[in-house]
Amino acid sequence: MSSSPLLKISALSKSFGSVQALSGVSLEIDKGSITAVVGDNGSGKSTLVKILSGGLQPDAGNIELTGHSYQKLTYRQALDLGIRTVYQDLSLDPCKNSYENIFLGKELKRGPFLAHRAMRQKAADLLEGLNIHIPDLTVPVSKLSGGQRQGLALARALLHPGQLLLLDEPTAAMGVRESEACLSILRQLRQEGLTQVLISHNLHQVMTLADYVYVLRSGQVIGHSQVADLSFADLDQLIKTGEGHMCQDIEGGPHA
Amino acid sequence: MRKTNSPSSIRDQLRKFLPSNHLLPALLIAILCLSLFLSLSTESFATSKSLVNLLEANSYRLILALGMLMVISSGGIDLSQGSIISLSAILAALGMKQGLPVSLSVLIALVSGALLGALNGLLINLTKLDAFILTLATSFMYRGLSLILTRGIPLTLLPADFRNFAARDFLGMETGVGFALLLLLILIPIYRFMPWGHYLRSLGGNAQALARSGVSVGAYRISAYAFSGFTAALAGLIISARLNSAEANAGMNMQVHAICAVVMGGTPLEGGRGSLLGTFLAVILLGLVRQGLTILSVSAYYQEFITGGLLLAALIFAELREVKTRPKNS
Repeated sequence: MSSSPLLKISALSKSFGSVQALSGVSLEIDKGSITAVVGDNGSGKSTLVKILSGGLQPDAGNIELTGHSYQKLTYRQALDLGIRTVYQDLSLDPCKNSYENIFLGKELKRGPFLAHRAMRQKAADLLEGLNIHIPDLTVPVSKLSGGQRQGLALARALLHPGQLLLLDEPTAAMGVRESEACLSILRQLRQEGLTQVLISHNLHQVMTLADYVYVLRSGQVIGHSQVADLSFADLDQLIKTGEGHMCQDIEGGPHA
Repeated sequence: MRKTNSPSSIRDQLRKFLPSNHLLPALLIAILCLSLFLSLSTESFATSKSLVNLLEANSYRLILALGMLMVISSGGIDLSQGSIISLSAILAALGMKQGLPVSLSVLIALVSGALLGALNGLLINLTKLDAFILTLATSFMYRGLSLILTRGIPLTLLPADFRNFAARDFLGMETGVGFALLLLLILIPIYRFMPWGHYLRSLGGNAQALARSGVSVGAYRISAYAFSGFTAALAGLIISARLNSAEANAGMNMQVHAICAVVMGGTPLEGGRGSLLGTFLAVILLGLVRQGLTILSVSAYYQEFITGGLLLAALIFAELREVKTRPKNS
């Protein structure tokens, strides 16, 4: 692991009216690692992803990416900083086809016109490289299966990989075989040095894929640990009861 | 959860007979059938004059429908088009009455139309109100401004240069026909093959996905409404030149005809997709219906009723078509 984290979040807070979604969340993500953020429904996982991807502005706290500090991010800023996101809702335009969705916001052009042929070819190459099978890239996304759409959302995030990939339940709509293929892609990306933050309810997936895990409960980090030092039962207990044997001091995190 | 099977409803039965991707041929066939029927019913229909009348009477309707198409395919709706028709024409007429050159007055009308439309888009962005409610409110405001400016009195006797807007300068037809066809031709590449149209449709398809892609959703929404306002102003100028008058009651309910044409042309009310050719054919079909009713001496009151009925039928048809094409797992 590197000596300084790629992403360092300090005392991040966000409330929606009287609901405190995040309360003083601090965490560090090492370059080239897969860090899982787990927790029960309403623990603040998706709020954290939305803040990092530029969709929400925190009430307080700091986001430090490759040594640069930000109080808040916009979608454009996050994309320019190389933050890519696979959203839980997939964020696809159902009326557009597969290659149009992959290139949404970063279309190839030929003069003032959209270069459909080039986009279709590049999308086909990208999907083939990722082993994601979509037979016809010209049919509207609304006609694809859940697994195909999820694959498409991942492919879109990897068109220009960036430096940080946020994955909010990336295999939720996939079948067993598709899930395994997706996890294999994520492992391959880790080998290539891409830093990933994985939000997942699937603890087996977290235990087999992630290097490090943070547990959120009611908007707070209640524990974190190297996955190798942790049992499934400990993690499960901490999520369900908020009690367990994990480090609860951020200073004792991955860089201790 | 799996739905329990229930006896097929009338809606399910009807849906089976609706084409999902054959709307354009259906519109063409309807136009041909209606033309044939009118040709056989009355001698006055199958003449070149009748065709010219059809195009002239519907040029501004096509312009309006094209503006509405941009808004509807972006997931919105513009109920203020009719009011912008009157207000922009009144602004041009007031300018001319004050001695401003015709060209400058026309420019003022077009810019003010675009600005009034942009204001709709801006207010939707800021308030997050539903476009239906917001543009309904601004339609009253814009109509009210027209009444305040004119005190309800029509502005007539407009300069001859302005009335040339209605002169037969385009292949022996009114200039408005030329404007409408030119606008259609310009929009084909812009709407179909360039980023503006691509993003407008995405705005209707999934605005959040577009925003998350780093595209300024608010700016595209404002541009759609600004374009709609511009088309309303252009239509207002054409109507005003034809009537040699600008008045506060002009353009009343014309946005409904535009919505009707857009929906009949195959654009779903929730946006995401849009058809320029379908809208064009629907404007022609609706124009033929109106012209046919006039030729057959049907009262204007019935014509309103029938237009409303056609809008209702188009909406039901569009909804059934959408349900038919919508994936089961979405």
